[in-house]
Formats: sequence, C-alpha cells, structure tokens
Amino acid sequence: MKVIKHTETAVIPRKSRHISMTGKEALWGYIFISPWIAGLLAFSALPILSAIFYGLTRYDIFSPPVWIGLKNYKKMFSDDPLFWKSLYNTAYFVSISVPLRLLIAFTLAMLLNSKIKGLALFRSFFYLPMVVPIVATAILSSWILQPRIGILNYCLRLLKLPAIQWMVTEMWSKPAIILVSLWRIGETMIIFLAGLQGIPTQLYEAADIDGATQRSKLFRITIPMLTPAILFNLVINIIHSFQVFAFAFIMTNGGPLNSSLFYVLYIYRQGFWFFHMGYASGLATVLFLIILIFTILVFRSSESWVYYEAEKR
Amino acid sequence: MDLGIKKRTQINRIVLYFFLSMGALVYLFPLFWMISTSLKTLPQIAKFPPIWMPRPMVWKNYIDALTFLPFHLFARNTLIIAIFYIAGNLLSATFVAYGFARLRFPGRDILFIILISTMMIPMIVRLIPLFLMFKRLGWINTFYPLTVPEFFGNPFFIFLVRQFYRNIPFDISDSARIDGCSEMGIWYKIMLPLSKPVVAAVIIFAFQRVWNDFLAPLIYLNKTEMKTLSLGLQALTGGTGEAVELYNLLMAACTTFVLPMIIIFIFAQKYFMRGVIMTGIKG
Repeated sequence: MKVIKHTETAVIPRKSRHISMTGKEALWGYIFISPWIAGLLAFSALPILSAIFYGLTRYDIFSPPVWIGLKNYKKMFSDDPLFWKSLYNTAYFVSISVPLRLLIAFTLAMLLNSKIKGLALFRSFFYLPMVVPIVATAILSSWILQPRIGILNYCLRLLKLPAIQWMVTEMWSKPAIILVSLWRIGETMIIFLAGLQGIPTQLYEAADIDGATQRSKLFRITIPMLTPAILFNLVINIIHSFQVFAFAFIMTNGGPLNSSLFYVLYIYRQGFWFFHMGYASGLATVLFLIILIFTILVFRSSESWVYYEAEKR
Repeated sequence: MDLGIKKRTQINRIVLYFFLSMGALVYLFPLFWMISTSLKTLPQIAKFPPIWMPRPMVWKNYIDALTFLPFHLFARNTLIIAIFYIAGNLLSATFVAYGFARLRFPGRDILFIILISTMMIPMIVRLIPLFLMFKRLGWINTFYPLTVPEFFGNPFFIFLVRQFYRNIPFDISDSARIDGCSEMGIWYKIMLPLSKPVVAAVIIFAFQRVWNDFLAPLIYLNKTEMKTLSLGLQALTGGTGEAVELYNLLMAACTTFVLPMIIIFIFAQKYFMRGVIMTGIKG
C-alpha cells in the first residue's frame, strides 16, 4: 500500500509538468520530423501523383504533355503485345523465384539453427553474395552460365547431363535469371534464422516429453511460430521480385525474342529509349497497383495463417 | 542406450556439416571462379578441363581492364556520391528519428506507419516523374538527384535510428530537460554522442546502397565522366553481356569492384546481420 502511494505522489507532479509542456513537445516533434515530411511530399507523394497524371497524357519530353484520357491504358490492354509479354515474364519470374527463395532460405536457416562449431562462418558464407553488387553479380553470372564455355554447363556434362542453352534461348532465358536470383538469399535467410532463434526452447522440450516426432515438431511448432517471419519475407520478396531489372538488362537485355523482357525493363525502354514518358508512367502506375493489390492480399490472408503470440500486442 | 544416442547425435552432426559444406561450396564457388578467371589468359578461360588456378597468374588483366575505361573517374564519382549520401542520411535520420522516438505529438503513430509503408513503394513508380522533375531543374548529369533527396531522410535509415533511440533510457533526456536543455540541445549533445553503433550501421548500409545502385545512376548519369562504378562496369560489357568474350578482363574489373564490399563485410559483419534482423522485426 505504502509503495503504491509513494509512486503515485511521484507520478503526479511529473504528469502535470507534461501536460503543461505537451504543446511545446508536440511543436518540437513536428519540427524534428519536418525534413521527412517535406521529402515525403516532394520525392514520394508528388511523383506518385505526377505518374498518375502523366499516365493520362502523351508526353515525349521535348513538347509539353498532351491530355489523352485513358488512351494509354486502352492501348496497353488491347493493343500492346509487349505489355502482356512483359507481365507474363514477370509473373513467371515472381511465381517461381519467390517460393524457391523462401524454401532455400528456410532450409539454410534450419540447418544453421543448431549448436555446432563454425556456425557463424557458414552463416557469413551464405550471406556473402548479398554484398556483391548487382551489376557484378549479373556479369559474373553470365560468365558462369555461358552456354559454350561456362563452368556450369561443364559441370552438367561431367555429370552426364545435357548442357543447357542458358540465356540464349527463349526457353532458358527466364530460368537463368531465376537461378541467379537464388544466389542472393542472405537477408531472407537471416530473418528466418532470427525467427527460429526466437522460438522458446520450452516448446520443444514439452513436445519431447509428449513424444512428438521431428516431423510433427516442424509442422506443429517451428512453422507456426515462424509465420510472422514467413509473412515478412513473402511480402518483401514479392515486392522486390516484381521489380527485377538489372539481371535482365545486363545478362540478356530482355532477349531472346523478348523472352526475358521483364516489366520494369519494359518501362525503362518505353521511357528512356523511346521517350514515351506518358505511356511509361501508365505502365508504372499499373505495376504500382499490381504490387499494392498483392501486398494487400497477402496481408489480408495473413490473418488466417500468421500466428502472433497473445501477449505480443 | 546412452552410447546409441551419442552416436546418433554424432552422425547427425556429420550429416549437418556435410550439407552445410555442400551449400557453402555452391554459394562461394562463383566468387572463387570470378577471381580465378580474372587471372587467366584469354585462351586459358575456355580450356577443358578447366584450370582452377592459372600459373603464372596474369595480374596484367587488372591493369588492362581498369584502364580500358576511366575507372579512376568512376571510383571518384562513386565516392563523392557516397560521401554526400552518407552525410545526408546521418543528418536527416538522426534528426527525424529523434522526433519519432523521443517526442509525443498528435498523429505520430500514423505518420510512422506511413513512413514504414513508403519503404514498400516500388521505386519505378517515382522514377519517371522524378527524372522529369530533376531534368527541369537541370540536374541531369549531376550528382544532385542521387544525393539531395537523402538530406530529407530515407525511411529505412530513419527506422533504424528510431529503433535505437527507443532503447535509450528516457531519464537521461528528462533530467536534461529539467536542467533547461532545449530539444535541439538534447538531440545534439546527448543523443548524437550515444549514437555511435547506429551511426556505424547507417554508414555501412548507406555505402553499400551507393556502391550497389544501378537503375538510378543509369537514368540520371549518361556522360562518361560522370558515371559510377556500377555504370562503368556495365559499360565494359559493351551494353549487353552476350557480345563480349573477354571474360578474364571483365572478371578482373568485377573482382576489383566486389573486393571493397567483401572487406567491409568481413570487418563489419555484425552490423549487416543486426541491421537485417532489425528491419525484419517490424513485420
């Protein structure tokens, strides 16, 4: 009783002091975040609104934009095979690359989540490709995947497997770029690993006492407890994969026959090769909507499969 | 029984090491192959069976590759951008994060959620209007488009510093306030000196971003003397990767480009890991 009284008397004057300075504190709060607000308006809000506006115009940089209503979108959906082609290529890339990335990152994180010597070293090895700049990764990959003298095809022949025409045929241009994307999974892996290390060991101990098998521990404890990390990795990987650009730009330049023309590469071409700024803005707006819808769908669905500990929030 | 369990865990361990080693081999081999190729003569790179390490090593490849295009200019440009990019983010992130982490004002939590969600906006949506805006300002072929926006705060770095500031005891700033210290003073005299670990993290991540960036410089910089290392390296391929077969020179240039990042990674690993984990926790 005494203790409570003591804290009460200690708190009251503080609170009243805070009330008197709330106005001042709030003012300072706005002052401190004002650079970000200004930046948000100038470099995010304004550009996004402008992109929506330019999407409704014909604009070649050299003369002022001309309002053409929804013509860009009409053209896109009914009269532009490359729009559909690039959308298909991107969907192909996202739907194969993202699940594989999550699976590999999860498997590596599971292997790394044990108490053995040299673990930190292995973790660094798998993370290392993340610090290799994307342009270097692309050039290095086109050397390794080189169909005639590349080392990967040499290894395939050594294993009596047929050599693959990486990058140079319509069939193998996208798989080549997917393969390269699987090299850069360090961040996804680290987030899984942190999630795994956050699972209380008592859960496994209790399961052991109940005689649970490895399999049921994986599906009943590990994966449910890891769902917040899975959600995060899924969202981030989807957003990033939709924007795949540099690999295709450098390794295949969208070819052959536009088989690796990804959506952002197509926007780049429309905007910076042909100076169709209006059309490119329309394309960008569509991509923004697609990514937004996917993100919302994933978050919506997450309510039914992501497990949050009750006391967490 | 006891012996059986011991044996089993030992077998498990060997299996685990085997899989980890195989994985590490796959993930590290490309880097080994990059270095190895960079030291070969042109006929050597196409030899079968492959030469794992050439003897003698052709160090001259490095000189040839790096003088083929003005890489000293590219390196200088990249460093200039990095310095201003880092300075801008250090200043803005510590400043803005102070507001989000240490002060209370109406709408703070909603604004913070907006800050986090802006990290998810695809860069390409903003890129064309930003290009047009910077073009109107006459900023094409200058470093301004790549550095000036950073002085207004990058959500990723603000987030990073904010998480750090949340964990500094509030008593410190409260007592300074009682002593008559202004908010500006608290930020400058108390928070900044305590920020060394997060400042190191911001510097490392910002440097990595500049070193890695490709699409933005590609759009804003097209004069050779203004290009960054990323652009220079891409230019070395002759525009598309298919045409050029001088892979030994290309690998020499790649190795030179990759090496600084690997060295930074070796010495600052914990910042990389911690930074990644921190961004993961927010989800």
